[in-house]
Amino acid sequence: MSTRKPAPPGPLLVIGGIAAVLVLAFLWAAGWIGPRRISGGDVTRALEYNTGKPQPGFRRAHAKGLCLSGSFTANGAGSEVSTAQAFEPGTYPVIGRFSVAGGNPLATDGRNVFHSMALLLNTPDGQEWRMAMDHTPIFPVSNAAGFIALQRASRPDPATGKPDPARMKALIAEYPSVKAFQDYLAKAVLPSSFANATYYAINAFTMTDDTGQTRVVRWQFNPETPLSGLDKAHLDSLPRDALFLEMIARTARGPSRWHLILTIANPGDRTDSATVAWSGAHRTIDAGVLTVDKVMPEEVGACRDLNFDPTILPTGIGLSDDPLLAARSKVYSSSFQRRAGEGPHPSAVGGDLAKDPADKESAR
Amino acid sequence: MNRPPRDFHPLLRVVHWLMAAMVLAMLFIGVGMVSTTGPAYTKLLELHRPVGIAILILVLLRLPLRLATGSPPLPGDLPPMQVLAAKGSHVLLYASMAAMPLIGWAMLAAGGYPVELFSGLILPPIAPHDLRLYAMLRQAHTVIAVLFFALILAHLCAALFHGLVRKDGVLRSMTVGTPPSQPELPQGGGEVPHFDLYPHADDPEVPATQPKADE
Repeated sequence: MSTRKPAPPGPLLVIGGIAAVLVLAFLWAAGWIGPRRISGGDVTRALEYNTGKPQPGFRRAHAKGLCLSGSFTANGAGSEVSTAQAFEPGTYPVIGRFSVAGGNPLATDGRNVFHSMALLLNTPDGQEWRMAMDHTPIFPVSNAAGFIALQRASRPDPATGKPDPARMKALIAEYPSVKAFQDYLAKAVLPSSFANATYYAINAFTMTDDTGQTRVVRWQFNPETPLSGLDKAHLDSLPRDALFLEMIARTARGPSRWHLILTIANPGDRTDSATVAWSGAHRTIDAGVLTVDKVMPEEVGACRDLNFDPTILPTGIGLSDDPLLAARSKVYSSSFQRRAGEGPHPSAVGGDLAKDPADKESAR
Repeated sequence: MNRPPRDFHPLLRVVHWLMAAMVLAMLFIGVGMVSTTGPAYTKLLELHRPVGIAILILVLLRLPLRLATGSPPLPGDLPPMQVLAAKGSHVLLYASMAAMPLIGWAMLAAGGYPVELFSGLILPPIAPHDLRLYAMLRQAHTVIAVLFFALILAHLCAALFHGLVRKDGVLRSMTVGTPPSQPELPQGGGEVPHFDLYPHADDPEVPATQPKADE
């Protein structure tokens, strides 16, 4: 190199400039510089804050759960609005998970919170339909920012076990939909069993039929078991795992069934907000029957190591313009990534299992 | 061909630039999608998987082509460390191009996800459903992506250094190629006296000295 003259500054500046522009563009794309955006980590952190205590290995929301399996028998009626194979007459295997809201895997069931059912429906064409549904037709907030604000404001005060009323008041001033949700929850029946709850898709989706026509659709699973409610005035006296143990005992006696009801949007229905229920008369389709004939603790069921991302949809079903869908997908993924790295821990229902080494071995 | 080519094979050059655009786009799509809970997340994710698999297919076609058609010799006056860096970085670039899509695919399989390329086309799992494995591969996907981007930057800067500073024909061998009017390159040894043969060798900024054989 001793024979070489020093490199000319002009071309070096050009090279350095190109590299700097690429680095800056990369940092911008990654969100490290430029306008603040809400990441999946921001939401999982808010959920962790709400839970209060780290719960490694568990879902950041709906940490307490029970695996289910069964089948969905389609009657063919759903094919009128969607080409998804799940709607063609036939019976398709289903696995899933019952859960209650919150990040504490050992929380008591005696709380007026979401009761939830997640499903994964497999069809012979190799496609999957994943769903994560709650027992309320509406959601308290319509986007990730609102969800973070809700998690932060509603963190139970360690002293009282209840959220700080001043923070909740401020939250409701900013997000009136939280109030509407609270009002709904206060007067709605809190199902006494996982088996007698109606589970709602929360968001609107699109369905496309074989002529290419796309409609906005919400769906729900209506139970065949008649609805009865828990006594909301005495939730404190409910045993910790009452709902889960009831479902285990019930399923040992026989399967539970739900009808999948598709509700087609009317012109003018809000499709971009899970906080708004569709009111008035709507066209509905009973697409078939879900049968849940087995429930298992997460240690032995197939549900624990799955992410019930509601944006994993078969051909014929698609996303609507509801921004909550992308947010749910990303946040579920962030939560999944975290707990995957932390490794599984014993569930509430599987706690007894963990104490018995023989069963624990068979659970692997 | 019994003499080394002066340029990369034309088809290889086309694939190189096509993949350059795709790989850079993928790195930006990747870091962009994981940064947001906005609607861009699902849209970018929909792009990320098929483009990733397209890159895997292209690199599987490109590698044999590269091995069959060879590469033009590096300038003879290039210091040994730079020769090593050039050859090593090319191996790492190929490794990254193949590894990133494979890790992404295996990662989704390990997470129990369907690997859907686009509506209706689902790839088989190439890894067992195992969350520990998922966590490891997911981490590797990010770490290798950042290292890959750094490697591409170094590769780009080196290429531009060859093209703008050294003007030794290396950049041209992957772009427009050596003009047919150029005299034949001398044969034998690693030492190729490039500079004084090229039309711009009279540029005062360009070192026109012959490389010493023992340099």
